[in-house]
Amino acid sequence: MHPAIQAVLTIAIGVGGCVGYFFASNLLIDKVLFPARGPNSGRNITRANLIRPWLFLLPALIALGLYLAYPVFATFWLSLNQQRAGNVSEFVGLANYSAMMAEPKFWESLRNNMLWLVVVPALATMFGLLAAQLTDRIWWGNIAKSLIFMPMAISFVGASVIWKLIYDTRPAGQDQIGILNALYLWFGGTEPQTWLTLPFWNNFFLMIVLIWIQAGFAMVILSAALRAIPEETIEAAILDGANPFQIFFRIKVPQIKGTIVVVWTTITITVLKVFDIVLAMTNGQWETQVLANYMFDKLFRAGDWGVGSASAMVIMLLVTPILIWNVTNARKEMR
Amino acid sequence: MDNIAGRKPALTWAVHISVVALVLLWVLPTFGLLVSSFRTGDQISTSGWWRALTTQEQQLSPIRLSGTESPVDGAYVIEGNLFSNSRQVSAWGISSKEPQAFGPGQEADLGNGQRLSVDEAGVFRLTSATSLKDVRLPRVFVTAATPPEFTLRNYQTVLFTPSAGQSIGQAFLNTLTVAIPATIIPILIAAFAAYALAWMDFPGRALLVAAVVGLLVVPLQLALIPLLQFHNAIGIGKGYLGIWLAHTGFGLPLAIYLLRNYMVGLPRDIIENARVDGATEFQIFLKIILPLSFPALASFAIFQFLWTWNDLLVALVFLGTGNDQLVLTGTLVNLLGSRGGDWEILATSAFVSIAVPLLVFFAMQKYLVRGLLAGSVK
Repeated sequence: MHPAIQAVLTIAIGVGGCVGYFFASNLLIDKVLFPARGPNSGRNITRANLIRPWLFLLPALIALGLYLAYPVFATFWLSLNQQRAGNVSEFVGLANYSAMMAEPKFWESLRNNMLWLVVVPALATMFGLLAAQLTDRIWWGNIAKSLIFMPMAISFVGASVIWKLIYDTRPAGQDQIGILNALYLWFGGTEPQTWLTLPFWNNFFLMIVLIWIQAGFAMVILSAALRAIPEETIEAAILDGANPFQIFFRIKVPQIKGTIVVVWTTITITVLKVFDIVLAMTNGQWETQVLANYMFDKLFRAGDWGVGSASAMVIMLLVTPILIWNVTNARKEMR
Repeated sequence: MDNIAGRKPALTWAVHISVVALVLLWVLPTFGLLVSSFRTGDQISTSGWWRALTTQEQQLSPIRLSGTESPVDGAYVIEGNLFSNSRQVSAWGISSKEPQAFGPGQEADLGNGQRLSVDEAGVFRLTSATSLKDVRLPRVFVTAATPPEFTLRNYQTVLFTPSAGQSIGQAFLNTLTVAIPATIIPILIAAFAAYALAWMDFPGRALLVAAVVGLLVVPLQLALIPLLQFHNAIGIGKGYLGIWLAHTGFGLPLAIYLLRNYMVGLPRDIIENARVDGATEFQIFLKIILPLSFPALASFAIFQFLWTWNDLLVALVFLGTGNDQLVLTGTLVNLLGSRGGDWEILATSAFVSIAVPLLVFFAMQKYLVRGLLAGSVK
């Protein structure tokens, strides 16, 4: 069957199936099981209303449980097992973890991930805040915002191609076609650099790609927060003779601290999962490996499910503090 | 209050200039790739895209002479023009070691009684003592000033001439096939769940909301192997059905979260009036909640579409890596590996893959921003 026809059919079955399920199950509960008439009508309505929420929730709960909750435990289990020949697995306890710890490539990934975790959220939030503050003051601010926000729509792989052209290197003597080398030579650099193979520093050249993508996101959210600041606080500061920098750092930033934290953590989660950029630009060579790409390497190139799952659990472990913090906040709001 | 800076013209100017600098920094990378996608491979590899509008002196790739010979004075002559468009030759040569050995108008001795001259406009004259029929004619290395030139040929090549099985056209269709069902299917499932979480009272509701918030950040890296095993066990294996299901599952937490936050804010009166008037929950949902939630539905649809269109990891794992299964991002990664130097192919392919999300972005930016704000600021 042609995939396009399959796609149309799936949409029809998916959407039709959902509507059909909800309609039929509601009908069943209202008309057949607990009809709202006869001697027991009052009790029936109560019973129907007890069950109905779960009817509405059922498909979503199944999908969430199967596709997100179950895999967390399954991966944990996989990380404690070793695949043996003939599709059997054997319980090996923490052996996969100790095998992983013995690999220098794992420590390199972890170190790089930590570097990403510090640099990317900080710079993306900073640029976002700067852009939000500056664009709010000029008449063409919305156009500027829209352009800075644009990389958000570009895939990580597409962005990698864009930046690879910037980092491109031609042999000395030829015209440089990468703008970074062209600028470097123009400002007095002696010979063209292959930016992506400079150990340690190449990490930063990869991070720039993600900062470029995420700054727009930070800008949009921080700009809304800046606008929500009560005018009186700023007016009072002006009357007291504060200069624009004092107003920004002493009055505005403290009032949007909560939003800055939200933006920071959201970008942190994206950073922990970063995979496409590294795969497309260096594939982890030249000491740029990160955890997600290390895990992909282990799972699908080396076929080592044990160690691959163990490194996935490390990513999960790094996400867990944010997860707990988010859940605690959500519960506070519910009350 | 916006004119704190306005009172000091110097500061206003500083703001304008800073924003211009920021915007340039953010737009130029993409713009460079866009310009490159309209240049020929020769041009891209010999000069930066920022010089695309200037006439440049560059060494062209070698041109093999061709033409029909005519006998003149007992010798054989081939005449013609090296170029099809106007260019100015500044130097030329007959070997790759000395590509600039001769100036325009000079004559070179090729040996075997052959002599060649090339003039400023690229007109060449090859004379030979013997007939040149069935002889491979020599190559000429030319350095010429080339006026700016833009071409659509890259797009033609990339979209309609599959090379080495890596067809961007096919990948485009594959991506579309992945993205559209994966965007539509989660919406309804999530909308029903969000309504229950927002407007129905039942024990465990708060716990479920907290669970959804928690699942929002679970890295999907953990899901790869268990789900692949699960798909194999139920007989789906790798394929479109698998990737649609996977994207549906991964998109649900955000969908439920966004929609619930929006639905909670809907006016209580409308819903309670409808209940008093005897509407069933199902009717309330279909006739009142769904139409009112349109902005939130649109926000999520855009998010999910951008995410599924731009995704690489899920497609690699659940769809496979065969040439006819690759999505745009996967094809791009392969091109980066196999044809990393062919910038005309890379730039054009990248732009084909970026074009649709950019269109969606600029057309529906309002909903995207609204969704972002609902999703992260509470």
